[in-house]
Parts: sequence; structure tokens; C-alpha cells
Amino acid sequence: MNYQEQNISANNFEDCIKCTICTVYCPVTPFNPNYPGPKQAGPDGERYRLKKPYFYDEALKYCLNCKRCEVACPSNVKIGDIIQSARIKYTKSKPSLRDTMLANTDFVGTMSSAFAPIVNATLKLKPVKVVLDSVLKIDEHRQFPAYSSQKFTTWYKKEAAQKQDRFANHVSYFHGCYVQYNYPQLGKDLVTVMNAVGYGVHLLEKERCCGVAKIANRLVKEATRDANINLASIRKSVADNRVVLGTSSTCTFTMRDEYPHLLHIDNADVRDDIMLATRFLFNLVDEGKVKLVFRKDFHKRVAYHTPCHMEKLGWSVYSTSLLKMIPGLDFVALDSVCCGIAGTYGFKKENYKYSQEIGSALFKQILSERVDAVATDCETCKWQIEMSTGVHVDNPISIVAQALDVEATMKANGVSI
Amino acid sequence: MKYDTIIIGGGMSGLVAGIRLRKAGQKVAIVSAGQSALHFNSGSMSLLGHEQGRDVANPLVAIERLHPGHPYSKLGAETIRKYASEVAPLFAEAGVTLKGSAERNHYRLTPIGMFKPAWLTLEGYASVDDPKSLPWGKVLVVNVAGFVDFYPQFIELGLSKAGLECVSRTFILPGLETLRKSATEMRATNIARVLKDEVVLEMASQINSYLKETGSDTVLMPAILGLYDENPIRLLRSKVVKPIHLVSTMPMSVGGMRAQMSLCKYFQKLGGTYLIGDKVTAGRFEDGSLKAVSTQNLGDMPLEADNFILATGSFFSHGLEANPTSIYEPIFGLDVEASEHRPEWCDMDIYKKQNYMQYGVVNDDDFHVFLQGRRIDNLRAVGAVLSGCNSMKEESGGGVSLMTSLKVADDILNGKGGKK
Repeated sequence: MNYQEQNISANNFEDCIKCTICTVYCPVTPFNPNYPGPKQAGPDGERYRLKKPYFYDEALKYCLNCKRCEVACPSNVKIGDIIQSARIKYTKSKPSLRDTMLANTDFVGTMSSAFAPIVNATLKLKPVKVVLDSVLKIDEHRQFPAYSSQKFTTWYKKEAAQKQDRFANHVSYFHGCYVQYNYPQLGKDLVTVMNAVGYGVHLLEKERCCGVAKIANRLVKEATRDANINLASIRKSVADNRVVLGTSSTCTFTMRDEYPHLLHIDNADVRDDIMLATRFLFNLVDEGKVKLVFRKDFHKRVAYHTPCHMEKLGWSVYSTSLLKMIPGLDFVALDSVCCGIAGTYGFKKENYKYSQEIGSALFKQILSERVDAVATDCETCKWQIEMSTGVHVDNPISIVAQALDVEATMKANGVSI
Repeated sequence: MKYDTIIIGGGMSGLVAGIRLRKAGQKVAIVSAGQSALHFNSGSMSLLGHEQGRDVANPLVAIERLHPGHPYSKLGAETIRKYASEVAPLFAEAGVTLKGSAERNHYRLTPIGMFKPAWLTLEGYASVDDPKSLPWGKVLVVNVAGFVDFYPQFIELGLSKAGLECVSRTFILPGLETLRKSATEMRATNIARVLKDEVVLEMASQINSYLKETGSDTVLMPAILGLYDENPIRLLRSKVVKPIHLVSTMPMSVGGMRAQMSLCKYFQKLGGTYLIGDKVTAGRFEDGSLKAVSTQNLGDMPLEADNFILATGSFFSHGLEANPTSIYEPIFGLDVEASEHRPEWCDMDIYKKQNYMQYGVVNDDDFHVFLQGRRIDNLRAVGAVLSGCNSMKEESGGGVSLMTSLKVADDILNGKGGKK
């Protein structure tokens, strides 16, 4: 007899025992009194919304979808999913022009990359910031990430693509919008590291934005379209025995978990083949399949910050274990707390103040540790930490690339290209 | 990934065992499915508080009279005496101050104004040697206006029954105005984030003026400060002109959270791996041993270890689960000591002895667990998931957790109780 188990509502919301642990790990609650908190916004509110949509509260938009409530919940209630689903289902207003712009990272990226020097210079101008602030409600204090004039895929096709087939093993790379338009260097670093251990890196047949920003801004139709395009390409890659690596914890998390939970797209057949590069690489080393040889002249004190979606994935152990393998790296573990930006959330004028307050404890800890760099797996955490502390932030893969003795590693793995 | 020991459950039992093993040089990982029951802590822990309905004066003596299946009986009074003396120093290393003695219980003040026997009490919480002669004189109970998880009337009633004069006052702090806008989030832990540095000084001066106005000798206030460390409590105590003590609130418990976070930080600082929000889904057993466990997040990359500790707690923490027909251990389906007849699980009179409270996994004298009647040589259970004690009735939960954790960790280090 199994009737209790079969009687659980969506997102386990009936498993909530009202213990309130989620509320003490919510980064928003202590600073924004307009947010009702995860218990109230999540399972408590859901009971009422199921009775009557009238009970939907617009203040749910202050949830930054960090999922730290879900990580803290001892009863496995999908609190964050309940809140995001409610926002998608019950919000009446259409997404604003600003939200649509912020969410379309790939379209805006394509346009901005084409005119990168102009866009970068323009976005720093005070009058432009004032207009963005007053007209679009994008906070004038927020620094925009710089756009790169050469897209990652342009570099890849020119400099890397030809030799990738010559390696014995192969992976695909979901580079994401950030590597593509803002920071191709991270993609280059991944190619360097994977090539050094004998893996060819390939692009997916088609890649669209993972959709996280579109989901957060309720552009569900557009996000679903992109998700289906991505999954079709991922399926082809997996059929070719190529797992799909990402270097962004949020893109990876979105494709693995938000596609089925929020967009209701079944990805079960390929979900386990979508993973972070640090997880894949760590496992290769851990199982003795590859060796990493590090430079003797690399010395850095590096603090690791756990992005919220990394915390939810539960994979920071892979990134930190990789970093700890580097002999010249003095490792500092930061408290796992939200940096406050949450993607497009911290760009919005109504959130900017709270965004900086949420991150303040983290910024203070980073500054007190006197590190050479912060390592983190999320690009928006990088923007937030660099803007708020002035400390340089790198993806763990970039740090591995900097510390790697490429020739010695290739030799140790018998790679000759 | 290969470890020396994997601990399933990241609450007090798991962390204490983890710290012990890590300090001895073992490679240790803890897998914790969500946050722990320490968040509901009263500010105190008990070794043994009640025996057949009566308060225990000396737990070490009373322990010798427990039934043979009780975890304490398996440990023996001498082992318990030894480990009991090691707990406060261990917590102190993690930054948590505990006061008390295993040879003589003290009493903690409950949120409804009663006194209950306790063994160790967190820094700042109200405790007395003997509730029959309270040393407090006239008591001033203060509360923050709008904080609803604390009921001064209960305290007043309890203390007046004990013959004390009692007055109460509320105060308002400008630092809490932002928080106050959201009534549901006016919780102990959120308030505690604000109560530090200058805000504590301001609070102290308000309390001092109430002391002057009412002519009180002692102050009691809800435990709403000291979330990250004990500094705000020390600061307040140094600035208030009379003795001031904290009384536990409705959950979340600020002191319990501080203990959880401090132990967890200390474990990680020692080099331990703490996997929060992850859940062990299955185990690979071979020839009477557990070889590896899989988790929800780590997927196809299992965690291997020489030894495993089950520290998953009782029903509240999902270390045990019940459906309409059975009580079971949900991870591995280990053998459970529980009645097969549902009517025997509980008594409809809530104040009577509840049988389900002493249900737990079957375990041998070294706390090894059993799967389908077969002993698992390298999987031991600690804390509330063990069968044989009714921690609510006995007031023994904290003690059983700590004593069994330390013993099992030491057995693993000494290579004891392995394959038979």
C-alpha cells in the first residue's frame, strides 16, 4: 500500500512541516521587508493560490531564485520551484521592455559584440547610465560587463576547430552567452585544459541561451523554444558519445533542472550527460584516467565562492578539489552565501540596494582574506564580486589553465598533436 | 571519490563524529539532506534528565539503572564519564561555550516558565542549580515589540509560582524597523542578524533604564542575539548593570543555529568535506560490508569509504519514516526495531509514554546496524536513529548523540569492531 507517497502534490509542497528553516537561509528576507519570505511565498502561499489565484502576491518577484531554501529544507520541499512556478502562472502583467532586454542575453550580446568598443564605452558614460536608470529602471550604479569584439565561436572556428578531431577522446562544450559575447578567454582556457589531457572540444550543432534569464523574467515561450533547440543538439552530441560540458554553474543547472521543473520539458534521457567541466575533469583525475602537471612558478592565494546554483547542484566539491590539487595555490574557503546579484535581478533599480546589502557579508570576507583572486563558477557572481570588491575573479577552469604546465601535462597523458 | 569515512547526516552527531575523525587525520565527508534538528535546540543538552517521571540529580549514577538495550548501557558508565568530560572542550574549539557537569544536573528555564534538568547549557542561556531556591530576586522580563515567538506572560506565571516578583517591559529598536515591516519575518534569527555592536549598546541602555524604573535584580530576555558568535551576548552582559539571561524562543533557535554553524565551520576548517542539500539514495553492499553510497547530486560518481556512519536522526529528520503500515529506515531499508502493529506505535494520550519514540535501527553492542538480519561490518549508527531510548521522556537526546558519536568515531580510529 503506497497511497501516502502517491498523494504528494507538485514540488512536494505537502511535505512542508512549517519548520521555518528555509526562512533563516533566505538571503533576501533580512534586507527586503517587502518580500514575504520563502515559507510564506512558497508552500504557505501555494495553499491559498490553489484555492483562488486572487491570493497571488506580486512581491514574489523579489525572490532571486537562489534555491538556498531548497538546500536548507530537511523535508525536500521544492520551495524555490513553487515560487518561480507561481510567478510564471499567476503574474498578470507582461514583462517590461527592460526585463525583455535584460533577459535576451543572446540577442543583446550579438548586437553588442558587433559594436563592442562603442557599446563598452557608451555603457560607462554617466548620461547613458542616467537614462538607463530613469527610463529603463536599470540601476545607474551597476557596471555592465564589457563585450568582447571577437565572439568565442569566431575564435574557435579560426584557431581551434581544425585540430579537435585529432584527439583520442571528445566532449562538447556549451559555452553560454557570457563566454560567447563577454569573456571568450574562459572558453579558450577550457579548450587548453581539455586538449592537454587528450580531449577534443567541440561546439554543439546549435546553441541558444540556456534561458535562465528568460525564465526569471517570465519569457517562458521564448525560453522553451531555446531549451528545445539546445536539447536537440545535446541529444545529437550524446548520441556521438560526447558529454556536454559547461563552465557556468547557472547554465548547467538550468539545463539539468529548470528545464524539467519550470518549463516542464523532459530531459531525463540526457540530464546526466550535461555537467560542469570541473566535475568531468575532477572525475578523470580521481579515477586515474588523466594526470594534471602544474607549473612550479605558479603561486596564488585564491578564495572560492560557492554560487547559489552551484550550492543547489551540490558540485562545489569538484571545483574546490580541483583547485586544491594545484601545489602553488593557497586555498581559502569562503562562507557559502549569496553574492546578491542573481543574474538580471541585481541590474534592476528596485533590487540594486538589496542586491548590494545581500552581498555585503561576502564582500567583507573577501576583502579581509587578502587574496590574489576569487574563484567561482558563475559569471554574474564574477561581475558582482569584481564590481563590489575590486578583487579579480576567475572561473576554476581558468585558474587550472593558468597553473597548468601544458606541455608536461600532454606528455604525462601521452597526447601528441 | 574515496574517503576513509563517510557520515550520512550533518547534524550534531554527524559533525561531532566528523570532527573527531578529521582531527585524527582521516579523510571525511558528511552528506547532509537539508539543515538539522539543532536549529530547534532549547539552548541546553541533557545526558539524562528523567527517570520514571522523576528528575535525575546525578546522570552518571542513574545511567547504571537503565535497561540493557539502551545505548548508554552498551557504552557503560565509565565510558560515558570519560566522553562527557570531553564535550565542552570540543565545542569550545569550535567557538561554542557550554557549561555544566555530568555528575550534577542543573536546570534550564523553558519558554513556558518551567524548569527542566539539563547537562550542558549554551553561553548566556538562563540556568539555575536548584529551581526551589532561585537566586534571581525581582525579575524584569524584556521583549522586543512585535516579536511574537516569545511569551513573557508564561515566564511571569512560572516565576510567580516559584515565588518571585516579576515585571515585563517591551522595547523598540530603530535598527529593527525595516524588519518589522514584514510581520511574518520578525523571527529570532532575523532579529539576531541586526542585534550587534551599536544596536546592542542601545538595547543595553534601554534595559538599564527599565531596571532603574522597576528596581529589578535580574533580567530575562528572549534568545535573539548571538547568531554567528557569542560576542553580542558578552557585550550585552558587560553593559547591562544587573545579571541578564537568555530564554529560548519558539524555533528557529538562535543558539542552536550558532552551534550548528560553528561545528560545521570547524569541521570544514579542519579539512572535512560537507555536502549540504544532498541525499544518499542507495548503497552498494558486498559480503556484509557497505562499499559505496550514491547521492542525488553526485549521480554516477559514488562516494566510497572504508567506514560509514549513519547519523540521520529520527522521524523529524527523516532518519526514520512511517507509512500507514510500517516504520522503516528510508535509505538502505535497514532492520528497524518497531512494532508491526500500528495501534502500538502511539498512545492517544499525548502525555503518556509514546512507543514510537524509542523505535530505531537495530544495532549491536558497537552500534553496527543490520540489513535483513545480517550485521553490516562497516556501517554504524549514532544518535537519534538508534533504537532503545526514549529521548523525550528521558531527556537524553543530546547525550545519546554525543556519546555514541564519540564512541563510534574512536572505534573506527582504533580499528575496533570490524569484520567478525
